[in-house]
Amino acid sequence: MSRKLGAAALAGVLALAAGGCGGVGGGDDAGGTATSGTLSTMGFGLSDEIATSRVDAFKRDHPDVDLKITEGAFDEQQFLSAVASGNPPDLVYMDRKLIGTYATRGSIQPLTDCLDEQGIDMGQYRQAARDQVTLDGTVYGIPEFSQVRVLYLNEGLLKQAGMTADEVNLADWSGLPRLNAKLAKVPGGKLTRIGIDPKIPEFLPMWAKANGADLISPDGRTAKLDDPKVVEALSTGLKLIQDQGGFGRFKSFRDTFDFFGAQNPLTKNQIVAWPMEEWFLNQAAKNSPKAELAVKPFVDRQGKPLTMSSGQAWVITKGAKNPDAACAFVKQMTATDTWFAAAKARADARKAAGQPFTGVWTGNLAADRKIFDELYRPTGNKRFDDAVETVRKVQDIAFAMPASPAGAEFDKAWYDAVNRVLAGQAQPAEALARAQQEATAALDKAVK
Amino acid sequence: MTTTTVRTPTPGRRRRRPSLARREARWALLFLAPWIVGFLVFQAGPMIASAWLSLTEYDVINPPEYTGLDNYRQLMSDPQVARSLGNTVYYTALHVPLVMLLSLGLALLLKRVGRLQGFFRTVFYLPVMTPAVAVGILFLLLLNTQDGLINRGLALIGVDGPSWTTDPNWVMPGIVLMSLWSLGSTVIIYLAALQNVPRDLYEAASIDGAGGWARFRHVTLPMISGALFFTLIVNTIASLQMFTEVYTMYFGNRETQNTFNSDAATFYVIHLFQEAFQFLHMGYASAMAWLLFLIILVITLVQVKLSNRFVYYEGEEQ
Repeated sequence: MSRKLGAAALAGVLALAAGGCGGVGGGDDAGGTATSGTLSTMGFGLSDEIATSRVDAFKRDHPDVDLKITEGAFDEQQFLSAVASGNPPDLVYMDRKLIGTYATRGSIQPLTDCLDEQGIDMGQYRQAARDQVTLDGTVYGIPEFSQVRVLYLNEGLLKQAGMTADEVNLADWSGLPRLNAKLAKVPGGKLTRIGIDPKIPEFLPMWAKANGADLISPDGRTAKLDDPKVVEALSTGLKLIQDQGGFGRFKSFRDTFDFFGAQNPLTKNQIVAWPMEEWFLNQAAKNSPKAELAVKPFVDRQGKPLTMSSGQAWVITKGAKNPDAACAFVKQMTATDTWFAAAKARADARKAAGQPFTGVWTGNLAADRKIFDELYRPTGNKRFDDAVETVRKVQDIAFAMPASPAGAEFDKAWYDAVNRVLAGQAQPAEALARAQQEATAALDKAVK
Repeated sequence: MTTTTVRTPTPGRRRRRPSLARREARWALLFLAPWIVGFLVFQAGPMIASAWLSLTEYDVINPPEYTGLDNYRQLMSDPQVARSLGNTVYYTALHVPLVMLLSLGLALLLKRVGRLQGFFRTVFYLPVMTPAVAVGILFLLLLNTQDGLINRGLALIGVDGPSWTTDPNWVMPGIVLMSLWSLGSTVIIYLAALQNVPRDLYEAASIDGAGGWARFRHVTLPMISGALFFTLIVNTIASLQMFTEVYTMYFGNRETQNTFNSDAATFYVIHLFQEAFQFLHMGYASAMAWLLFLIILVITLVQVKLSNRFVYYEGEEQ
């Protein structure tokens, strides 16, 4: 009854205020085993060979399972509509940072039985990825990719400034404004080249970690946003932006960048130093193989390499009609051999297109070792080969924001705080103090 | 001598033939039935359900728990509700008069165009067909501080354009500017109304010595007041429900959430959406939806009441 009421309410809220949107669920087929029945997914797409080769492997090994993949990115409205109508998909592919919220509400299943029955060894996955899918010691998701952040440098522009990549020292926060001033170009108040992009709000957790602080406790229940070290990290990032003409000009210049094309900011010499996810390496290798790119680890204030990890995970929904097949699916999709076959398909595709293969970074440690030991071959372009090595090394030391019962509200609190600071509406300490209150209230309510 | 007997029907012995009005009413009901059924099933039912859920704590996943008026009490003390409502009212106060004035001006110009009127009518209406998401993205580019077309245009006349998307003081004017993209539908309504004004009224006014402004003030405006009133209501409701374009510009989706968003761009329905679907406070979001419904209802009733004084309906019984 409550589910029907819920479905009606969803429609009601939309009818009253915003507008309608359809839901996609698991269909009417019920039941099944690991080797039969219907299996439905949401939030996943067959966009490339990494996805298709793994799905094909599952279909080959489970010919009696009718796999229904609703393609497209995870849409919380679509997911909740499906849950409310009592027709959820069996599997959902979602950002790992959402898992804590949905696990606390009981909309996704603990995978304890799944891990036992399928013999899935969680030890094969990276620690940072495991932290994000585990709440109160219970595993709720199986990690897929592992995205980490490294520092990209345009060495050609550094040379013009009379510097080398080794001289760029992110550990020396007091020297950053000076370095930034040397690298940036702001003629007549118009920003034409970014010196250092701190990438805030999104990378604030990494800057805070570099300063010895976490935004949230390891159990994901206590906000630490008003920690003076977090305030200092935000102030440091803010100064870098203010010194380049202010956030309005900085953002509008950055909004014109196309990181996915041949006219990327590296090629166009629009940026000198910026931390970013490792996927840009693939894009740069494909679009700008001759660019003078150098990649270094992001470092803490002691100069020790540091990176933040994130990514997607598979979860099995509460009310899944075929949890056995769902469990078999996630096991196969994230298994070492499956990842290896997918990476091989990627390498073959790149070779056929005459493009370099710079590896695939997954949440599975064993798979990554196999891919890089047995499949990956240096491209011969020293810059990119060194960059791949850097990414490999930092993968093993990555940290992640832990699963939190109020993950979405917690994220909104600190994102809003940084945005208020960037917009000039508040000072860092004031904005983070307010965020601390908002986050604490949300966390207290969630764990009540 | 013949005797004629006139039979008068005895009441109750023979069924009276339904009057024309009654037959028309039955047919009307028959034709309206699909909409009525649709309304009851897809609008009234969910609205009643959401009214109930607004009195509960409900996260969509677990059964609702009755909490009385707690959600409504929380609404009154939630600073984010006050802020988003303030933003929405501010937008409405800017957008509605501006759209009506500009649309009327354009419609008056269009009316003067001769054979090319059809072409220009299409040109003005075409932007309305642009998907809202595309409009949001388009205006992010147009409003770009350094390289946007709008600031480049301002630079040509020596004006240093503002940071439309990041300066809290300029975010709302930027959004209002964007909203003018789709004023074509209002223009078309006004143009139709203008074309329905009888020419002899203008001729009579001219004979009486009325100039251009007097004809506009005393003939045109009263004769199109019905259309003005209609667009006032429709644009006000649409403004209070503003969502898609602004959400696209400033809030994106889960995948693109790492973008800048501003308190100044938090509209009421955006806050409602976040509470419902990101934070799973569906009971609270239901209360928010009902508050918005009541606000729209009150504003519309006030407008209808005022319309009795200002709107002229042809053929209306006095």
